[in-house]
Amino acid sequence: MDTLITGRAWVVGDSVTTDAMYPAFAMKLPLPEAARHVFYELRPGWTGLVRPGDIVVAGRNFGLGSSRPVAALFRELGVAALVAEEFNSLFLRNAVNHGLPALTVPGVTAAFADGDTLRMDIAEGWAENPATGTRLPGGALPPLVLDILAAGGILPKLAREGYVPVPGTSGRPGHPQPSGKS
Amino acid sequence: MGMTAIERILARKAGLARVRPGDTVVCEVDLTVLIDLQFATSWVRPLRIHDPDKVAVIMDHAVPAPSVHDAAGGTHARAFVRDFGVEKFYDVGRHGICHQVIAENGLARPGEVLACTDSHTCAAGAYNTAARGLGPAEVYAILCTGATWFQVAPTIRYELTGALPAGVSGKDVFLHIAGTWGDATNHNLEYGGPGLASVPMNDRRTIATQGAEVSADFSTFPVDDLARDFLAARGAPPDSYEAADPDPDAEYAAVRTVDLSGLEPYVARPGTVSHNALPVSAIERRPVQQCFIGSCANGQLEDLAVAARVVRGHKVAPGVRLLVTPASQAVYREALRAGYLQDLADAGAVVTNSTCGACFGYHMGLLAPGEVCLTSSTRNFTGRMGSPDAEIYMASPATVAASALTGRVTDPREELARWTP
Repeated sequence: MDTLITGRAWVVGDSVTTDAMYPAFAMKLPLPEAARHVFYELRPGWTGLVRPGDIVVAGRNFGLGSSRPVAALFRELGVAALVAEEFNSLFLRNAVNHGLPALTVPGVTAAFADGDTLRMDIAEGWAENPATGTRLPGGALPPLVLDILAAGGILPKLAREGYVPVPGTSGRPGHPQPSGKS
Repeated sequence: MGMTAIERILARKAGLARVRPGDTVVCEVDLTVLIDLQFATSWVRPLRIHDPDKVAVIMDHAVPAPSVHDAAGGTHARAFVRDFGVEKFYDVGRHGICHQVIAENGLARPGEVLACTDSHTCAAGAYNTAARGLGPAEVYAILCTGATWFQVAPTIRYELTGALPAGVSGKDVFLHIAGTWGDATNHNLEYGGPGLASVPMNDRRTIATQGAEVSADFSTFPVDDLARDFLAARGAPPDSYEAADPDPDAEYAAVRTVDLSGLEPYVARPGTVSHNALPVSAIERRPVQQCFIGSCANGQLEDLAVAARVVRGHKVAPGVRLLVTPASQAVYREALRAGYLQDLADAGAVVTNSTCGACFGYHMGLLAPGEVCLTSSTRNFTGRMGSPDAEIYMASPATVAASALTGRVTDPREELARWTP
């Protein structure tokens, strides 16, 4: 797996909750429609601006709240990775399990503004702003987590191990994404 | 140095002599709990699962189904338990909010690891269980493999002293802690100390449940006489589990003392509980339009009992809606037998079916723009219970009930004084 990721940054603040990213009303919608409501109140219109390959940069306690799989919405929007000063651990696990790299990098919100190019390496654990030359160290992901990401998430990994049908072979389109919760 | 309670459980279940903060370990999971929402979207039937006896399926978030989408989830759930021989199935009629159903059926045992999708799974820490929310994809994976990984976090210990005064509950203890110390992101919480004996099991579960709101990983309580009796009455006698106590020389990120006897009712302001809760005597007495008593945190029988005592013989104030959601069908039936639901309904409350509904703004009781709600449920996030332009304050069931009578945020001790025997 290529652990080096480069993309355009979008910067949000501290304690952005899961309710702010995946509101209850969106839980009633199919994923592509639900994804249009990420940051619905925090940054109205953002989902019309984000492009595949972009990276979301957040402050402390990112993803506080519920287990609803926000990562599935970010993937739907094409977001390539998340970087935060600090992650809520449930939110981070959800990201990894949906195949979305998530790296903790203290100081990252001060080093980037919307639109900056961000380079990061999830195995080595750093994020860099090529325009300013700032490189910040972060918490490298443990091998066990990198394995899940390399598989594209926990469900593709389960499919490979024979626990669930391989996507496309079971008569069901798409890849399995069990959903949830408050 | 020794281990904290949670470190002891994780070490045991990982087959290791000890673990330390920062370690990544793979643990055997004793019980995996799937909830209705898991089956509602893109459910894929697994080809094989680890062990049907280590699985429970509980219908809670969207029951009875408020949409065809949710109804189809129910169909998937019923087919799943039938096809895989899962006996621990709590379908509509014997359902309830999963953390309540787990508690009343003795499904969470001391020293064990319990995995469930819902973020308030930490509730079972009240019974010395290593339990936490893990997300739908991960819970699905544990269903298949019977194991998962944890990164061991440092532990903060709360040493409780004194005794809980009348009119002050576990909710107030939690709001005091959240208001004073704020978030505990990537930390475990451990409760103990001589004051614990004065904290009933329902209050312990409120406190453990709300660890999620300060972003903690696991919450744990020790097994004392109260907990032993509680568990034994629910099919978990002492010889059926091995409780985990912290070592005397366990290492903590912080040890904080809470003098319970000095506490008063607390209220959290809208948005977050973190550094945002005050004693009721110090908070603005905002007029409220909706009062809610319910959720995994505070829809327990004792919560309904105190609410009924506060409102008995009185009426909900004009312009206020009081919604009461028992945490399970069993709680509903018991509260019905005890007359609590009669008292609440006579006072003008709407008693609903047991579900997560109003707490997460999914179905029933949503808030309009500009409204103010006082809730005893789990979260006061912006937009959580409906419009992002509504404000959600949080307090104990006693405070919520008292406020429903006056129409503004009210100290329940003023109302409770009227019925003290």
